[in-house]
Amino acid sequence: MTKINSNGIITAEHVTKTYQSDKGAELTVLDNIDFTLHEGEVVAILGRSGAGKSTLLRILAGLVPASKGSVEYRGKQLDGPNPGVALVFQSFALMPWLTVKDNVELGLQARGVPKKEREKLSLAAIDAIGLDGFESAYPKELSGGMRQRVGIARALVLKPDALFMDEPFSALDVLTAENLRQEVLKVWSEEAGSVKSVLIVTHNIEEAVEMADRVLVLDSHPGRVIADVPINLDRPRDKQSDLFQSCVDYLYSILTGQRDSEDIRRRLQTKVRNRQAVRDSVRDEETAERNLPDATPGGLAGLADVMVNQPNGMDLADLAAKLSFEVDDLFPLIDAGLMLGIFQADNGHVRLTDQGRAWHDADILESKEMFSRMLMDHVPLIRIIDRALKNSDDKSLHGSLILDLLRAHHSDKEAVQQFDTAITWGRYGELFDYDADDDRLTLDPENHTE
Amino acid sequence: MNTVALPGMLRSPLNDDRSQASRSTRIWTGLAVAIGALVLLGALAYLLPALGAPIGPAGVPSHVSTDPANLPYYALRSLFRMFTALIISLVFAFLYGLAAARSRRLGAVLIPLLDILQSVPVLGFLSATISIWLVLFPGSIMGVEAASIFAIFTSQAWNMAFSFYNSLTSEPADLDEAVRLMRLTRWQRFWKLDVPNSMIPLLWNCMMSMGGGWFFLTASEMISVNNRTLALPGIGSFVEEATAEQDLGKVGLAILTMIVVVLLIDFLLWKPLTAWAEKFRYTSSQSTEPRRSLVLTVIRLSGVKDLLGLVGHPLADLLDRITRPLGRTGARWSRGGGRRRTGDLLWWACLALIGLWGLWQLDRLVIRPLGLGEVGHVFQLGLLTFLRVLILMVVCTIVWVPIGALIGMNPRISRYLQPLVQILASFPANFIFPFVTMVFIIWRIDINWGSILLMALGTQWYILFNVIAGASAIPDDLLEMSRSLGQNRWQRWKTLILPALFGSWCTGGITAAGGAWNASIVSEVVSYGKTELTARGLGAYIAQVTATGDTPRIILGVAVMSIFVVLADRFFWSPLQSLAQRRYSLT
Repeated sequence: MTKINSNGIITAEHVTKTYQSDKGAELTVLDNIDFTLHEGEVVAILGRSGAGKSTLLRILAGLVPASKGSVEYRGKQLDGPNPGVALVFQSFALMPWLTVKDNVELGLQARGVPKKEREKLSLAAIDAIGLDGFESAYPKELSGGMRQRVGIARALVLKPDALFMDEPFSALDVLTAENLRQEVLKVWSEEAGSVKSVLIVTHNIEEAVEMADRVLVLDSHPGRVIADVPINLDRPRDKQSDLFQSCVDYLYSILTGQRDSEDIRRRLQTKVRNRQAVRDSVRDEETAERNLPDATPGGLAGLADVMVNQPNGMDLADLAAKLSFEVDDLFPLIDAGLMLGIFQADNGHVRLTDQGRAWHDADILESKEMFSRMLMDHVPLIRIIDRALKNSDDKSLHGSLILDLLRAHHSDKEAVQQFDTAITWGRYGELFDYDADDDRLTLDPENHTE
Repeated sequence: MNTVALPGMLRSPLNDDRSQASRSTRIWTGLAVAIGALVLLGALAYLLPALGAPIGPAGVPSHVSTDPANLPYYALRSLFRMFTALIISLVFAFLYGLAAARSRRLGAVLIPLLDILQSVPVLGFLSATISIWLVLFPGSIMGVEAASIFAIFTSQAWNMAFSFYNSLTSEPADLDEAVRLMRLTRWQRFWKLDVPNSMIPLLWNCMMSMGGGWFFLTASEMISVNNRTLALPGIGSFVEEATAEQDLGKVGLAILTMIVVVLLIDFLLWKPLTAWAEKFRYTSSQSTEPRRSLVLTVIRLSGVKDLLGLVGHPLADLLDRITRPLGRTGARWSRGGGRRRTGDLLWWACLALIGLWGLWQLDRLVIRPLGLGEVGHVFQLGLLTFLRVLILMVVCTIVWVPIGALIGMNPRISRYLQPLVQILASFPANFIFPFVTMVFIIWRIDINWGSILLMALGTQWYILFNVIAGASAIPDDLLEMSRSLGQNRWQRWKTLILPALFGSWCTGGITAAGGAWNASIVSEVVSYGKTELTARGLGAYIAQVTATGDTPRIILGVAVMSIFVVLADRFFWSPLQSLAQRRYSLT
């Protein structure tokens, strides 16, 4: 797929799109865009939200006419939906009343493919994207990731000249998205013949670098092309490789408008050192694989509150009955309390430790301080994060570095749960903070002085 | 279509997967469906010859026999009319909705027109078209039958068309893009997107229409227009005839028959259909209980679907092929710019000309012969009926909103009462008019006030029904919040319950008010035996002039009523509804 022929499939010339705002003012969404999608390439359109990425995609797909300029498909000017394009939607856009198989067959039916043939093709597409056994399920019964697989199968079965994907993974959670991305890449490499080229719209830089041969960067207000960056990395691409990261950083700098090469090099070095910092901090810990129970500090405090009036402790079953919990729901809280030394237990009988009692009686600032000490004393994962943050150059890290670490020992779902719990606890203890948008862990200012 | 309860299935109503059912269950259910189908076909074969019967030398009869033994047969005839009209209404709704939604220019005309059509009373349509129907089928009872079905159609079609239009214009944008890019043919789009997307609201409107149709059954079967009375065998004409004979026992029997019919339709048709339509929901809500239907389970277990598929699939494929020339959906962008503007100009000029011509005709046929005095008089009558509708709305609101709210907020009670209210809403209230009229006569109650009660009998259920639905949708956490704040009862109603019910009250109110206007025609003139009670009002006016076939006055009466209804919609209900959506919507 990396071999790029010179002949273009879809060509846009001087495409401009304006909308009338409510007050009658003209709003330019896309400004004079020239673009050619060549046979055999994967192009990503990258831009911030509001940059008109999706509008450009829809104009190229012929769903929306351009205000000015023209779009040609194989030399023929478009005056309606582009016959060579199949689109994968962010929202999946499946008919909830049709089964998976009927959804996949819809496009073939529109082409008038006979029933037998239709069945054969749709089943093959369903197999290819890993939907085996779900043929007669309804979309409502599927998870988000599975639904998007149906969306992809529906597009692939048409063997389109150009497969368009509009933020196809952004409605999914991080791990499902990553998993599906890998599978899509695999299907492309296996069935390079059925899809000639791919256009993917995304705001996720890593996604663009992971998937595309060429990244088109759009500026916002109005949308215009500010860079056309070829990505010459071998496939499959290693997201941890420095080359990959430098591509990401380069695109990042274009998007933020600071194209300082010195800065990029420095950031790249920081990244390498950060990874080293994480590795170093693990080395001293042997219990990195110990599980963090899925419990919140608030839940712990609540439970301590209940227990404080029971100096002799309680049986677990009674406790559960009193709180009208299932015993199963109680376990994570108890486990967390045991781990931190707030509770002690024997034979299904729990009670508050002296430390736990002190924690319960403390005022809010004091209790946070005590909690952070308990975390540092008893929770290896928190220690690892804390140490890695302190060793890093700017006291901040990519969360994915920690997540990768966890995934070496846990299933994907567990890893995310561990990570989330560690962050919740660490935040409460004012050890560190986490920005989910940038996936960035930072050392809490309170924690710098130690 | 069979009422036999199957003990094996009642035990496990959840499981309707044929592949997992036992052999005996499959045979049972297959047999049940086969018997049901045979009964249905047999009834049709029995009814059809009677429809085309020639008219005897005495002409179309103006009376029907009131022998109670005829009731089952009459019920079948009425049902046949009802469903024929419903199917025609459905087709009409599809065509009208498509035309209005797909063509910008047609839509600008058809949608306001729908408002007007909705407000024209059934008798107005009948007197205008009766002669056409009789001419179309000369010498056959079919002409009268067609007129009757048309009358029922006019009481069913409009809200269905409006519902379908609404669904078309609110299709999810991504699904629209998906079908356009997959280049579905227009035919495929209609069946794969348009109809499924509209299914749930359309079904509810079908049920409402059915209720509306029953209400005008008497007027549609005992056609009294243009100085003649044409009677068709049916349960509506039976009631009319029995009332004239002052035989309340027979009216009671008819009511009993009607209750059985309404319950059977609910069990055999609406329950299975609403349960089946669940698959057209976009999101499955966990909180509400899944709708179940024994009939649907039996049909699913019987495997009749596979059998129908043997015939259906090739037929569907054939239709799919031969409708290809209709073209693909959205295959070309609509053109903007100069040509479009010229087209618009021409279109509006044409419409303006037609409108002017209509006004001129109105002046020539109605205002000149009758004089402005008559016009003023009719407006006065309209005002009287308007006052009645107003009083009815106020009283029904005061009575039913608190009751409906209490029922709706108690899930256990509402689970039992909601279906009951739904059935009550579809029961033709005018079947009990004879009893009420007798009470009026005995107690010497002035029909000018009494007619309000008669109108309310038919329309109050819409308010109650909608308020119950609205109250059961109030989120529990809001009620808990109110309790935890320690609000007293008045504060809770003022700040939470009444605002939360406002939207559903509006929906019910529009339907009830529109229904009340139409009901005034059968409520302001009532008779029992030889005694006729006539109120002063627009409804009575229209009823009288249609009976004598006084065309200019019919046009005048109908036009004035339409004006009242449309004005009330525009200046009262529309603002209220947009306020409800803006300020008081719970989602």
